[in-house]
Amino acid sequence: MRLQIPLAIILVMGIFTLVTAFIPAKPIADVNQLLRNWYIGIITFFIFLGTFNLARVNINKIKRRRRDWGYSFILLGCLALMLFLGFYKGRASTEEGQPFMYLYFNVQFPLGATMYSLLAFFVTSASFRAFRARNKEALCLLLAAVIIMLGRVPVGTAIWKGFPSVTEWIMNYPNAAAKRGISLGIDLGLISMALRMILGIERSYMQ
Amino acid sequence: MLMTSGPWVWVAALLTLAIYSFLYKDNPFYKVAEYIFVGISAGYWAIFLWWNYAYPNLFEPLGKGKYMNIIPVVLGLMMFTQLFRRTAWLVRFPLTFVLGVSLGLQIVAAVEGDMVPQLRGTFSPFTPGALFGTYDFWTSVGYIALLVGVLTTLIYFFFSKEHKGILGVGARIGIYFLMIAFGASFGYTVMARISLLFGRLHFLFVDWMHVIK
Repeated sequence: MRLQIPLAIILVMGIFTLVTAFIPAKPIADVNQLLRNWYIGIITFFIFLGTFNLARVNINKIKRRRRDWGYSFILLGCLALMLFLGFYKGRASTEEGQPFMYLYFNVQFPLGATMYSLLAFFVTSASFRAFRARNKEALCLLLAAVIIMLGRVPVGTAIWKGFPSVTEWIMNYPNAAAKRGISLGIDLGLISMALRMILGIERSYMQ
Repeated sequence: MLMTSGPWVWVAALLTLAIYSFLYKDNPFYKVAEYIFVGISAGYWAIFLWWNYAYPNLFEPLGKGKYMNIIPVVLGLMMFTQLFRRTAWLVRFPLTFVLGVSLGLQIVAAVEGDMVPQLRGTFSPFTPGALFGTYDFWTSVGYIALLVGVLTTLIYFFFSKEHKGILGVGARIGIYFLMIAFGASFGYTVMARISLLFGRLHFLFVDWMHVIK
């Protein structure tokens, strides 16, 4: 029961959604849509589980007085505050002008943008150390990166007017070609892995 | 220098500076900002998903008498059984349901939404109708590069045969295309991060300090 029923569920659901995607007729299309709605609803529970686990880990950290445990109070306080502000007026809590959205626009958004912008410093210092044209392949990578960067800033145009068009050409053709190759490879891999899982050949996710 | 009096601008500015203090070294100001970010983000996404996905797809219909929706709610709640060792196996039921539906949908999406349009985009410039169109020189070179690039990249990722002879040549050319793509991605990522950095500096110097008008 612990193995057979889950394998039956994945087989039935996988084949049903695959086949019914090609049948737009009314009763079957409705069932397909119902399953999609359930699917969207259920996957949100993964995030709820993650949020619950985050709270649990930080409560345990405080209980056991682990390193930096004092900061966990801040995290739990912020989490509780957001949950309260997000629920206290029902759905209207998330409308523009509500405290929930104030916190999003003035705390979450600037902190996120600043965190990502920090990477500009680390990427620059890492590329200074790592970028060496040791062979022809590395030279290709280096040239493409430099041309793309110069083509996107006014100083590049000041050096040579052709940089933006060369950048555009690299992005549209050689870059798109490799990305397409990778994407087609991923799709083929995804299809074969999906079929293996639906048919119960691949079961490692159940361990 | 005339600093803004808006409290929210001050909050955002001080948190921005706290994050940048990490460039000197790890310190308590950075840690406070980091934990605030994690707490606020987790709360924001939980609420966002609740009101935009879980509530309208599961709980609202349930409240309107669609009692079939009790099934996904129970399956969703079963996710939490993995927190306890004795009941952890029950998580297989919601997991296989979600996997089954998503894999079925993804097979269709991969073929219809990705593979077919990508292949059409690669080969369509070489159809008789398109060939007699008016392409300029660099566009024509681009389309040839696109076709050669897609084929050689696929050859590079084809590991069922040893890369020798014609396959070896194809794979070598594929590596060059991959290197150009990685370089382009790197350059693009650096520019995106620098653009974010300018955005934050603009906020600090224009919106908060009013140093630049």
